[in-house]
Amino acid sequence: MQPIIQMVNIEKYFGSVIALAGVTVDFHVGECHCLLGDNGAGKSTFIKTLSGVHQPSAGEILFEGKQVNLTDPRDSIAAGIATVYQDLAMIPLMSVSRNFFMGNEPIKKRFGVNFLDHEYANEVTMTEMRKMGINLRSPDQAVGTLSGGERQTVAIARAVYFGAKVLILDEPTSALGVRQVANVLQTVDKVRKQGIAVVFITHNVRHAMAVGDRFTVLNRGTTYGSAKRGEITPTDLQEMMAGGQEMAQLEGSLGGTV
Amino acid sequence: MPDAPQNSANPADANGPDERVRDISRWRRALIRPELGGIVGTVAVFTFFILLAYDSGMFNAQGVMNWSTVSAQFMIIAVGACLLMIAGEFDLSVGSMIGFAGMMIAIFAVTLGWAMWAAILITFVICVAFGALNGYIVVKTKLPSFIVTLATLFILRGFTIFIPQTIERKTIIGGIREASEGDWLAPLFGAKIGGPIFQWLGDMGIIGTFTRGSRMGQPIVDGIPMLIFWAIGLVIFGHILLTRTRFGNWIFAAGGDPQAARYVGVPVDRVKIQMFMFTAFCATVFAVCQVMEFGSAGADRGLLKEFEAIIAVVIGGALLTGGYGSVIGAALGALIFGVVQQGLFFAGVESSLFRVFLGIILLLAVILNTYIRRLITGER
Repeated sequence: MQPIIQMVNIEKYFGSVIALAGVTVDFHVGECHCLLGDNGAGKSTFIKTLSGVHQPSAGEILFEGKQVNLTDPRDSIAAGIATVYQDLAMIPLMSVSRNFFMGNEPIKKRFGVNFLDHEYANEVTMTEMRKMGINLRSPDQAVGTLSGGERQTVAIARAVYFGAKVLILDEPTSALGVRQVANVLQTVDKVRKQGIAVVFITHNVRHAMAVGDRFTVLNRGTTYGSAKRGEITPTDLQEMMAGGQEMAQLEGSLGGTV
Repeated sequence: MPDAPQNSANPADANGPDERVRDISRWRRALIRPELGGIVGTVAVFTFFILLAYDSGMFNAQGVMNWSTVSAQFMIIAVGACLLMIAGEFDLSVGSMIGFAGMMIAIFAVTLGWAMWAAILITFVICVAFGALNGYIVVKTKLPSFIVTLATLFILRGFTIFIPQTIERKTIIGGIREASEGDWLAPLFGAKIGGPIFQWLGDMGIIGTFTRGSRMGQPIVDGIPMLIFWAIGLVIFGHILLTRTRFGNWIFAAGGDPQAARYVGVPVDRVKIQMFMFTAFCATVFAVCQVMEFGSAGADRGLLKEFEAIIAVVIGGALLTGGYGSVIGAALGALIFGVVQQGLFFAGVESSLFRVFLGIILLLAVILNTYIRRLITGER
C-alpha cells in the first residue's frame, strides 16, 4: 500500500546549525508511527516541517504520492495534517466548545449576518467528547478545569472531527500521570482504528511500544534506525535512542534500571 | 467495546454523571461570569448615592443626563479598550488620539475651511490608520503593546500641540459649531434627540425649565445627546461581535494563547491589528462628539483617557492578561466610573477623593478578577 506521506531526505538548517541532515520516513494510513529520539535529536523540527511551521531547507514531502509545499500551518490543516502540541493545544480560559471549534467556527445566518452557531457547536462538542470517553459537565466548562490528559483528548477529538488524515502528536504523554497516559494511548488506538495515520512523538519507549506499529529513531538529525512492531524489543529500542554504547555503559553503572 | 472490565473503568460509558465531577453551586457558576463584578458594583454604587445624595439633584432629569453623558463618554472608549484587552493588547494612545482627532477636525474644517463631513471622514481615516500602524508595529516587532502605544501617546500628543501652534499660533481652535452649520454628517455626532418630548415634559412640569433669561420656559435638558446613542450602539455592537460571531471567538483566542490560536489557523495578527483600528475608531467617535459639544478643539483634550478606559474595562471583569472579559462588563465599569465621579460632586464630597476611591476600586477589581480566573481555570 502506498504511504499517505513520504518524507524524503528532509534537511533543515537554522543559520549554521544543522538540525536535520536528511531524514526519510514514510507514514501509513491506519498505523501509529512512533518517532523516538533523545532531546535535540530533531524530532520536533522534523514534524514541524510536516505541520507547516518550518520549511525544509532541502528534501521533499509527498502527500498521497504528490509533492506538496507546506509553507503555513494552514496549508497543512487544509491538506488534512493536524498537529496536537503538548501545551499549546487548548486555551484554558475558553470553554470546551469554543476551543473545539476554534478556527472552524460553525456559522448560521440571521438577517444576512453570520453568527456563531452556539447550539450546534455545543451539541457536537458533547457528542464528540462522549465518543472519546470524556463526560463534560457542560460545553461551557472552561478547558482550564480539565486534566492534562483530557485536554490532549479534546485536541485529538477536534483534529479527527475536522477530517484529519494524518494526526501528529507532539509528546502527548510527557507531562501526564499514569492514568492519564493510559487514556491518551487509548484515544490514539481508537483514532488509528478509524483509518488515520498517527505520528506519535515521544521519548518514552514504553508508551511507544504500547501503541506503535512502526518505530523510527532519530539521532543527531539523522534516521538512526527503523523497525516494525514485533521486530524489536523495548531494550533494543531504548539502546537505539540513546545511541547504543554510551547507554550500555550508563545502564551498567546504574544496575540496569534505566 | 466487548470487554466489560474496561467499560466499568471508563466513565463515559456509564450514563450517570462522572463521580469525579463535583457539582458547582449556582453561586459559583454566577461568579465566573465576567459581568458579575460590574453588576454588583453598579448596584452598590447606585444604592450608595441614592442613600447619600438623593436630594442633591443627582436623580432629576438634569442630574441623570449629567452622569449618563459622562458614563457614555467612558463607555465609548471602554468598548474599544475592552475588545483590545481581550485580544491581549493595550492601547495607551487613546487619550492622545482623542486630542489629535479633535485637532485634525478643527484644522481641516476651520483653518482649511473644508466641509465638515469631509473633515470628519478624513479624520476617521487618519486615526484608524494610526491604529493600524500601532497594531502593525506590535505584531511585527512582537514588542509589548504597552511600550509601542506609549510611544504613540507622546508622538500624537506632540503633533496635537505642534500643528495648531505652527499654523494658528494657539492651542485651542474654536468655530467648530459655525463650521458644522447645515452639514449632513455633523448632527450624527453633535445633535440632540427628542427635543419636542423634553419640551413637552418641561411644559408639563415633569422636568425642570429655565425660569429666567433668554431661554425662559425651555427645558434645562433639551434632548439626549448623540454621544449616548453612540455609546449604546457601540456596546451592543461590541457585545454581539464578541459573543455571537466567529470573529469574537478569534478575539478570545488571540488573547488567550496566540500560539495555540495560530496553530489551528486563527489569523491572530490580523485580529490584533483590527482591534487596534477599532480602538482608534472609538477614540475618534469620542473626539468628534466632544468637539461638536464644545465647539472647539484643544491640544490638551483626552488627557489620561487611556487609563480611564482601561480602569473601566478592568472593573468590568476583563483580565489584564487577555483572553477573558465582557463588553457588557466594561460598559457597567464605565457606568460605575461616571456615576461615582459625578455623584461625589453632587454629594458635595471633595473631588480629590475621587482619585482615592478610584485607586481602591481598581485594586479590588483586579484582586477579584484574579480570584475568578483561578476559579475558572481550576488553578490553585
